[in-house]
Amino acid sequence: MIGNLDLSTLQYIWWILASIVGSLFLFMTFVQGGQTLLWQVAKTDDEKGLVINSLGRKWELTFTTLVLFGGALFAAFPKFYATSFGGAYWVWILILFTFVVQAVSYEFRKKPNNLLGTGTYELFLFINGTIGILLIGAAVGTFFTGSNFVLNEYNWVRWTNPLRGLEAAFSLFNLSLGIFLVFNARVLGALYLVNNIDFSGCKGLEPRLRKAVLVNFLCSLPFLLYFLVKLLIMDGFTIDPQTGVVSVVAGKYLANLLAMPWVLGLLLAGVLLVIWGVVATGLKEGTSGIWPAGLGTVFVGLSVFFTAAFNNTPFYPSKADLQSSLSIFNASSSHYTLTAMTYVALLIPVVLGYIAYVWHAMDSKKLGKEELLSDEAEYY
Amino acid sequence: MLEQTGLELVNWARAQFALTAMFHWIFVPLTLGLSFLCAFFESIYVKTGKEEWRRLTRFWMRLFGINFAIGVATGIILEFEFGTNWSNYSWMVGDIFGAPLAIEGLVAFFLEATFFAVMFFGWDRVSKGFHLFSTWMVAIGSNLSALWILVANGWMQFPTGMAFNPDKARFEMQNFWDVLFSPVAVSKFTHTTSSGFLLGSLFVISVSSWYLLKGRHKDMAKKSIVVASVFGLLSALFVGFTGDEAAYTDAQKQPMKLAAFEGLWKGQENAGLVALGVLNPDKRPGDDKDPFIFEIRVPGLLSLLANRSPGSFVPGIDDLVYGNSAQGVMGADEKIKRGKVAIQQLAAYKKAQQLGDQVAAETALQKFNDYKAYLGFGYLDSPEQAVPPVGITFYSFHAMVALGTLFILIFFIFLVLTMKDRIEGQRALLLLGVLSLFLGFIASEAGWVVAEVGRQPWAIQDLLPVTVARTDINVGSVKTTFFMFLVTFTVLFIAEVGIMLKQIQIGPEGK
Ligand code: HEM
Repeated sequence: MIGNLDLSTLQYIWWILASIVGSLFLFMTFVQGGQTLLWQVAKTDDEKGLVINSLGRKWELTFTTLVLFGGALFAAFPKFYATSFGGAYWVWILILFTFVVQAVSYEFRKKPNNLLGTGTYELFLFINGTIGILLIGAAVGTFFTGSNFVLNEYNWVRWTNPLRGLEAAFSLFNLSLGIFLVFNARVLGALYLVNNIDFSGCKGLEPRLRKAVLVNFLCSLPFLLYFLVKLLIMDGFTIDPQTGVVSVVAGKYLANLLAMPWVLGLLLAGVLLVIWGVVATGLKEGTSGIWPAGLGTVFVGLSVFFTAAFNNTPFYPSKADLQSSLSIFNASSSHYTLTAMTYVALLIPVVLGYIAYVWHAMDSKKLGKEELLSDEAEYY
Repeated sequence: MLEQTGLELVNWARAQFALTAMFHWIFVPLTLGLSFLCAFFESIYVKTGKEEWRRLTRFWMRLFGINFAIGVATGIILEFEFGTNWSNYSWMVGDIFGAPLAIEGLVAFFLEATFFAVMFFGWDRVSKGFHLFSTWMVAIGSNLSALWILVANGWMQFPTGMAFNPDKARFEMQNFWDVLFSPVAVSKFTHTTSSGFLLGSLFVISVSSWYLLKGRHKDMAKKSIVVASVFGLLSALFVGFTGDEAAYTDAQKQPMKLAAFEGLWKGQENAGLVALGVLNPDKRPGDDKDPFIFEIRVPGLLSLLANRSPGSFVPGIDDLVYGNSAQGVMGADEKIKRGKVAIQQLAAYKKAQQLGDQVAAETALQKFNDYKAYLGFGYLDSPEQAVPPVGITFYSFHAMVALGTLFILIFFIFLVLTMKDRIEGQRALLLLGVLSLFLGFIASEAGWVVAEVGRQPWAIQDLLPVTVARTDINVGSVKTTFFMFLVTFTVLFIAEVGIMLKQIQIGPEGK
C-alpha cells in the first residue's frame, strides 16, 4: 500500500511525521524546564539530588528526540536541512552547543574530581534550558517571519545576512515564541517533578514546585498571546498552486487556520489542555497535570507546524528571494526515498510502545529520598 | 558551476570534522565494546546468582556510564555538522545519506536511551530478568547505531544504489538494499564494531592489570580479565579477518586509497606487501625517485591480498594519476577531461531548459549521461589532486596492522596466564596490559585516518570533491567553531579522564 502512494501524499505524511517528532520534543523539554528550576525550587542538597535524578532518567529521551527531529528532516526534506543548517549557521551551532554541555552535566555534576565543580555543571544545565530552548523557538519562528537566503540553480545556499541565523533572535515575534517555550518548558518541568517525586522526605519542595507551575504559566501567557495575535494579523507567504510562484499576502496564517479548522481546533484544544494541567496541579492537589499539559503542548506544536506548511504555504520562506522559499513540495526527498522511509516509520509505534512500557515500569514507584541515600542505587 | 575558491575554508571544515570525529571516536568504541562486556558480566551474575559478579557488573557499568555521557555529547555535533559545514553535500546526497541517519535515530538511539535508564537506575525497580534484558538492549542499540552510521560512511566510499537527477542537481536513491548491503558497508560495519569490542576488552584488561599491580580487588580483576581476554581474542582475530576484507574492497572500489596506504607508486604484477618501511618524503607523482628509504617486503603478497589472485596486477598511484593503457587503467588526467565535459553539459542542459529549448536540452542531457560517471573529476584542476596524503595514510595503516597483531598476542597470553592463575606476579606483562589500552586507541584512530584521509580529495568517491561539498560561509565562522569545539571537548575530556581515574581508584566497593 505504501508503495502506491503518490509523491505529494508522501510529502504530507512526512511533514506530519516530522511535526509529531518536533512536537514530542517540545513536550519532552520538561527536562530543560526542570533544569532551569533547579536553583529556584530546590533549597537543600537532598532536594537538588531529587530534582536532578528525576530529570536525569529522562534527559536522554529528550536529547534523542531532538536528534531524530534533525535526522527526519535530513532524510525527508534534505533541502531544508542543507539550507537551514548551512545557512542559519550560528543559531544552530549555539543550540547544539548547549546540548553538548548538557549531555555530560548529569553524569559529571556530582562525581568527585570533575574538574569544573558542581556549580558549573548546574550552570550548563541552566544554559541549555534557557538559551537552548529560546533559540529553538526563535528558529521555529522563522518558519513564519522568513529568512535571508538565495538558492542558485543547483540549489546551493547563499545566506545574505552576515549574522548567519542569529538575526532570528532580533525579531519580537520569534523572540516571544522562544520565551514562551522557555516558560512552557518550566511549567512542564514543574508538573513532571510533582508527578515523579515522592515528597515524604522533603516537604518543602512540593509547594515550591506547585507554585512554580502557576507562576511560570502566568509568565508564559503574554508571550503566547503576542505570538498568536501577531501570527493572526501578520503578512504571510503563499504559493500559487497553479504557477508555484511565491508571494507575500496579508493575513495568510489567519487564512490558513480558517481554511483548516481542525488545525485551529488543535491549537485551542492544546491551550485548554495546558490550562487544565496547570489548574489541576497549581491550584488543586493533583499530581497528574503533566499528562494533559504535555498532550496540550504536543497539540499546540502540531498546529504551529501545520499552519507553517499546509494550505500552499512555504514552511521556510526566504525574504531575500521569495522564489527560493522552501515548501514541502520542493524541499523533499525523492519518491523512492520517502517511500522507503515510510516503511521504516512503521516502527514508530513500536518505539513509542517500548518507551511507554519502560517509562511505566521505572516510574510506577516515585523517586524518594531514601533511594538516593541507599547504598544499592546508582544515582547522579 | 563552481569556482575553485575557498581552499582555506575547506581545510578548516575538514579540520573541524577530523577534530570532532576523532574526539567522538575516543568514546564510541568503548561504548560498543563495554556495553557487551557489561551484558556478559551481568549474564554471568544472573546465571550464578553470585553477589561478587553483581558488584563487578556494577563497577564496569559505572565506568561505562561516564564514557557514555561524553560520547553522546561529542556525537550530536557530528549529526548536524553535515549540514553546517557541508551544506552542498547535504543537498546533493541528502536523498540517500539522510535515510540511514534518520533510521539510526529511530531504531538505535531510542533503544540505547530508553534502556540505559533501566540499566543504571533500574536495579531495584524492575525484575532481574528485565534488567538483564535492558543491558543487552543497550549493547544491541549502540551497535545498531554503528551499523547505520557505517552504512552512511560506506556509501560515501562506494556510492551505489543511486542515480543523478539533473533537474534537481542531486543524487537520488534507487535501491535501498544496495546501499545497506554494499560490500563496503558490510566490511566497515564488521571491522569497526569488532575493533570496538577489541578496545572495550583492552579497557577492562588495562584497568584490571592496574589493580593487580597494586594488589587491590584481585579476585574481581582476574574474573574480569578472563571474560575480557576471551572476548578480546575472538574480536582481535575477527578484526584481522574483516580488515583483510576491507583492504580487498579498497582494492576493488578505492584503488587509490589502497595504493596510498601501501605506498605503491608504480603498479606491478605480483606486487609485494611492505611489512615495514620508511617513505621517501620527496617522492612526487610521476617522478622516478625511489619511494622508500628503507623497506621490508613480502614478495607477491599484495597481489594475493588485493585481488585474491596471485601474480595479478595492482595499480599504483602513478597508474591511477596518469593512466596505464597496457593494464587498462584510466588515469585521473583523462577522467578530468571527461568530468569537465559532464559539468559543461549539465550547465548547457540547465540553460536550455530555462530557455525552453527542448531539443538542445535533450542533446546536452544525453552527452551528460555519457560522461556523468566522471562528474567529480571535472572539479579537479590537475590529476595530481586525486592523490591523498600518502605519508599519514601509509603510517597509520601500518601502525594499525602491527598493533592488531600485537593485541592477538596480548589477549592470548593474558587468557592463558589467568586461567593458570599465574598472572599476578607478571609485573612486566601487567604493565603492558595497562599500556595496551593506549595502543588500542592509537590503532583505532589510525583506522579512521586510513579510511578518511585515504579517501581525499573526495567527499563522495569520484563524484563530489570536498571543495564542492562545503558550505558557502566565511572562514572566520568555521575557524571560530573549530576552536570552540577544540576547547570545549578538551576541557570535557580532561574532566572525564579525571572522573574516570577517580572512580577506578575508588574501586568497586565505594561510590
Ligand atoms: C589486523 C589487521 C588489520 C587490518 C588488515 C586492517 C585493515 C583496515 C583497512 C583496510 C581499513 C580501511 C577501510 C577503508 O577503506 O575505509 C581499516 C579501517 C579501520 N580499522 Fe583496521 N585493520 C586491522 C586492524 C585494526 C585494529 C587492531 C583496529 C583497532 C583496534 C582497527 C580499527 C580500524 C578502524 C576503526 C577503521 C576505520 C573504520 C573502517 O573503515 O572500517 N583495525 N582497517
